[in-house]
Amino acid sequence: MDLSGKKITLHDMCLRDGMHPKRHQISVEEMVTIAKAMDEAGIPLIEVTHGDGLGGASVNYGFPAASDEEYLTAVCKEMKNTKVSALLLPGIGTVDHLKMAVDCGISTIRVATHCTEADVSEQHLTMATQYPGLDTVGFLMMAHMIGPEELVQQLKLMEDFGANCVYITDSAGYMLPDHVTERVALARAELKPETELGFHGHHNMAMGIANSLAAVEAGATRIDGSLAGLGAGAGNTPLEVFIAVCDRMGVETGVDLFKAMDIAEDLIVPMMDHMVRVDRDSLTLGWAGVYSSFLLFAKRSAEKYGLSSRDILVELGRRRTVGGQEDMIEDLALDMAREKGTI
Amino acid sequence: MTNKVKVAIIGPGNIGTDLLMKAMRSEFVEPVWMVGVDADSPGLARAQELGLKTTSEGVDGMLPTMKDDGVKICFDATSAYVHAENSRKVNEQGAVMIDLTPAAIGPFCVPPVNLTEAVNSRAMNVNMVTCGGQATIPMVAAVSRVQGVSYGEIVATVSSKSAGPGTRKNIDEFTRTTASGIEKVGGAQSGKAIIVINPAEPPLIMRDTVHCLTVDEPNQEAITKSVHEMLAEVQKYVPGYTLKNGPVFDGKRVSIYLEVEGLGDFLPKYAGNLDIMTAAGLRTAEMYAEEILSGSFVPNAA
Repeated sequence: MDLSGKKITLHDMCLRDGMHPKRHQISVEEMVTIAKAMDEAGIPLIEVTHGDGLGGASVNYGFPAASDEEYLTAVCKEMKNTKVSALLLPGIGTVDHLKMAVDCGISTIRVATHCTEADVSEQHLTMATQYPGLDTVGFLMMAHMIGPEELVQQLKLMEDFGANCVYITDSAGYMLPDHVTERVALARAELKPETELGFHGHHNMAMGIANSLAAVEAGATRIDGSLAGLGAGAGNTPLEVFIAVCDRMGVETGVDLFKAMDIAEDLIVPMMDHMVRVDRDSLTLGWAGVYSSFLLFAKRSAEKYGLSSRDILVELGRRRTVGGQEDMIEDLALDMAREKGTI
Repeated sequence: MTNKVKVAIIGPGNIGTDLLMKAMRSEFVEPVWMVGVDADSPGLARAQELGLKTTSEGVDGMLPTMKDDGVKICFDATSAYVHAENSRKVNEQGAVMIDLTPAAIGPFCVPPVNLTEAVNSRAMNVNMVTCGGQATIPMVAAVSRVQGVSYGEIVATVSSKSAGPGTRKNIDEFTRTTASGIEKVGGAQSGKAIIVINPAEPPLIMRDTVHCLTVDEPNQEAITKSVHEMLAEVQKYVPGYTLKNGPVFDGKRVSIYLEVEGLGDFLPKYAGNLDIMTAAGLRTAEMYAEEILSGSFVPNAA
């Protein structure tokens, strides 16, 4: 694979996707410390919000240590070069949250929907384009669940609504490199040449690096990852590893590798409540195609009702659940426990 | 009963047509008008076959004769954008407006919780909140009538096929209006609503989760009893409204897991979200109709 001379933009997820393994309890101080170190290391873009995006604070997804507004205000004002993005899932957050985040100083808004439901993002993407200079990104989650042709139709909708960049998102960490290649390549062929393409991976099958390389080769120029892989499931593409690989392959990221390694080792790993890695449950997410942030919910329900978390995750995959259906997990666990006679 | 109150349905789409099917079985109302904006609409053609007067000129097409035709109640199954104008026009002709859009210009009505109150207030416009609101607010109220609820949150999961273009284009209206209904009708001090659209095939039946945080430790026995009583109330007009699990108690959290299967009149059974709206809208109209028929309420031009 020859990628030499390609330039890509890296987008760190520690302070958003990384909220999932932290049960949304990263403090404002921790966020500011980490964000400043990332700014220093030359990471161009970082995402900051509740793990489920703006307005995610809820019983269903978990109440965070601070509000989106507090996190964004505190981080944005400390950034010298690094830009800050916020995620918004229509159905959870609204355009009011979008306006608030813009007022806090974000430069990128990412509007995320399930891969077949791009049309629910119209209201939010359209509003985003009314802010001059706001980088407007459409983000299609669980992109493994449909084929490339159908996926590209949905990406085109987001492009039509005004997104200047669209993402193929492997929320379940299910994809293998060929799945990424065929989706990104078709998108590159079909979308406007000026529309940027991005890839967001999860490391549940340990494919984060390989998938991200496949995406770059097929035409993606934005790659999401997180230092030390702090993210849902087995985490996102481990960013310091990806930076090292890019460096060896001659891909320009503009990030200082050693500084990135140091942040991962000295700031992120010590903050983890559990080692974010491929283990029995996170591997099950990838294998069964389940939304990565279901992991801790399944573990908690398994413990509460005397079940196997793997069994719960496999069943959630069989039922073709999508992102946001965290409420299904306790409901399903109760059904399974009744069947098994543990309650 | 031979004497029924005449009603008009504005919006011959899926909701309007399902409502028509239900209204034709009613003992209290008789649908006489179907109003659309597209002459080729299959919904208008269907209504015409069923003997209704129809127009593709919007509400303006019905206005000149609606009073003479005896229309006393209208349903709006169009969109929030045009609702206010539709409502003003039919109110001027002395007809009550039952709003199935999320416009929410009139007071909210969730039949098992506050239908009597809404009808007694003689409101000329009542709003049916949202599908998620109709499915969940009764349960928030079932908890809040036992003890204080500081926070009520609902998650409505609907199949892709049952989420129409109106809902999709303006999904924020759903979350805002439902959250407001959780507070105003459900009785929670603050409310939050989440909607998830799932494209699985075969389509999933509407699912709803209600989470309440009680101010004090929940009285488990009283809440469980209240939830079951409320369930029976909703089942009177939506027989497929079922309690799948719960109430589950965890500290001050009370969680209730529901499924809503529709009657399958015009809409498929999985679209319980749409069915519960049309059923609630009709139930509201019937209660107004009883008041009108007994002479205790004479709708007047606003």
